[in-house]
Amino acid sequence: MNMKRDIYEDVQLLKTGPARFWMLVLVISLLIIPFMLPNYSVYLINYMAINIIVALGLNILVGYTGQISLGHAGFFAIGAYATALLMIHLSIPFLLALVVAGLIAGAFGFLLGLPALRLEGPYLAIATLGFGMAVAQIIARVPLFGGHMGIEAPALDLGPLTVKGDKQIYFVIMPIAFFLTLAARNIVRTRVGRALTAIRDSDVAAEALGVNIAYYKTLAFAISAFYAGIGGGLMVFVLGFINPNAFDLIMSIMFLIMVLVGGPGAILGSILGAIVITFLMVKLDTIQTVPIIGDFLIFLSDTFFSRSGLPNISNIIFGVILVSIIIFERMGLYGIWLRIKIYWRTWPF
Amino acid sequence: MFTQLIITGISIGSLYALMALAMSIIYKTSHTPNFAQGEMAMISTFVAFALQTTYQFPLGIALLGALLFSLILGVVIEFCFLRRAKNPTIVDLIVMTIGIQLIIQGIAGWKWGAEQKDFPFLDLDSQLVHFGDVVISHLNILTIGTSLVLMLLLYLFFQHTRMGTAMRATQQNEVAAKINGIRVNRIKAFTWGISSFVGAVAGLFFAPISTLDPYLMWEPLIKGFAAAVLGGMTSLGGAVLGGYLLGIIENLFGAYISLEFKSTVAFVIIVLVLWFRPSGLFAKHYQRKV
Repeated sequence: MNMKRDIYEDVQLLKTGPARFWMLVLVISLLIIPFMLPNYSVYLINYMAINIIVALGLNILVGYTGQISLGHAGFFAIGAYATALLMIHLSIPFLLALVVAGLIAGAFGFLLGLPALRLEGPYLAIATLGFGMAVAQIIARVPLFGGHMGIEAPALDLGPLTVKGDKQIYFVIMPIAFFLTLAARNIVRTRVGRALTAIRDSDVAAEALGVNIAYYKTLAFAISAFYAGIGGGLMVFVLGFINPNAFDLIMSIMFLIMVLVGGPGAILGSILGAIVITFLMVKLDTIQTVPIIGDFLIFLSDTFFSRSGLPNISNIIFGVILVSIIIFERMGLYGIWLRIKIYWRTWPF
Repeated sequence: MFTQLIITGISIGSLYALMALAMSIIYKTSHTPNFAQGEMAMISTFVAFALQTTYQFPLGIALLGALLFSLILGVVIEFCFLRRAKNPTIVDLIVMTIGIQLIIQGIAGWKWGAEQKDFPFLDLDSQLVHFGDVVISHLNILTIGTSLVLMLLLYLFFQHTRMGTAMRATQQNEVAAKINGIRVNRIKAFTWGISSFVGAVAGLFFAPISTLDPYLMWEPLIKGFAAAVLGGMTSLGGAVLGGYLLGIIENLFGAYISLEFKSTVAFVIIVLVLWFRPSGLFAKHYQRKV
């Protein structure tokens, strides 16, 4: 075991040679993936990348700062609508619009963070939940936002290039997701991240040690909302249209599931969680076509339940996942990964 | 017109009050904000529906069966899920009840399908009583009456029975209750049962004015939660008052200001109230210690 000599060594981004090597492999494979896969898979990967962005942001709030948000669909919606409207009505270029939309979402996050300073537990849960629902309801009723019909995505222009099709959008989304992952990693391994973790572990003790709680809590809300806003802004172009009905409580809950299934308080966890949950969200809709399990489920539906209600099985599965995560593995997938890693490192002891 | 709005506000508010009461009862004993409350009530209502239409039981038996089911459901959920979590934080508990909520919703949706059903029980919404120019439906009267009776019974139960006293003891100080020979776990399970029962009553009265589907109790749950938070989560009287207040304010707002934003106003009120009184209107705010 080599000793660490100073703090810079401790907070290094990539600590060992193998880590640098695998990072390189990851970057190269991310670059060639879209050329190897069919369109639909690339669409799925885009969707995953967006959820990774949102999950990372939510993790900074939930996993690192120990707050809870049931309203992230609201920030997601704000980001999506702000991007689309800025591009349509003010013809602002895409990247600028995306950043501005993220900042608008971040500003709302800051505002929600203000009352949240004095709230905890159920009070915070209901306040954020109320915020999320209010955003969706207000968007649905204001004519500028296209009402219940929603709005179509504007053309995605990057300078002289027009990006269209899932594979081209991939090259817009993936670099942003990669960059934001690095940014999240940097946030949590530096001063800010340590302050947030201190607040999570004990806010009174953190305050006694000189951490400015008001500043860091609202900052956590703002960062988290910024991430969700960027995710929303990218989602516009993956879906091609947005309507307010999508941004409901279920969406906020799904973001929360991603963070918790992946493992709160771990960047890698959010990435894993977002990938797994997005995959399940898409694939569970067609579970009856899976060979053995599907037949068994159809048999169950016909004898005890109803065939028309079969899609509801995804709710049961997500519910079971949430409950078992809390009961059996609080650290989520990241915890399992850690345990496997430590098992092999110390093998055969 | 104004009196009319107040009366219908009280009627819907009494349902919010029952949901708020159910959530406060659980929150006081086990510090769990129960997001599954609405779904527990929803599936109990579905049980009443199934007993009445599928199995052709008379209405009274169907209702009793549903209430009994809700009681057992509450106990089972506490026993199987909540008790199994080791040293949960409040976030863990919130997440867990959301999980339970998804499970129940999935099961109900799988069993009864997502399409909406009419609950034939009590066709009272169309029978009206006139007091001067105020019109009240039989259903409104029954809702208000039943909820008042239930609240009175709950009050008597908490104040004057051994079980109620044990529950209050557990709420005040779990360790001290344990030392005095109260089986805290068992008390918690019963609390969940009672709370589930109270919620189921709200569900049975909400189904006739809405349509019976797996999303039946979404709105009452959130409004009930809002009402409980408004009242302060730890004060049962506050939760009831919060429910009535919310029902009346919402109705008045819908009539005089904007019908479109009627259901949004609840959240705006919550955020405003919490801004000034972080623990709700009627509860003392405790500063947590290290």
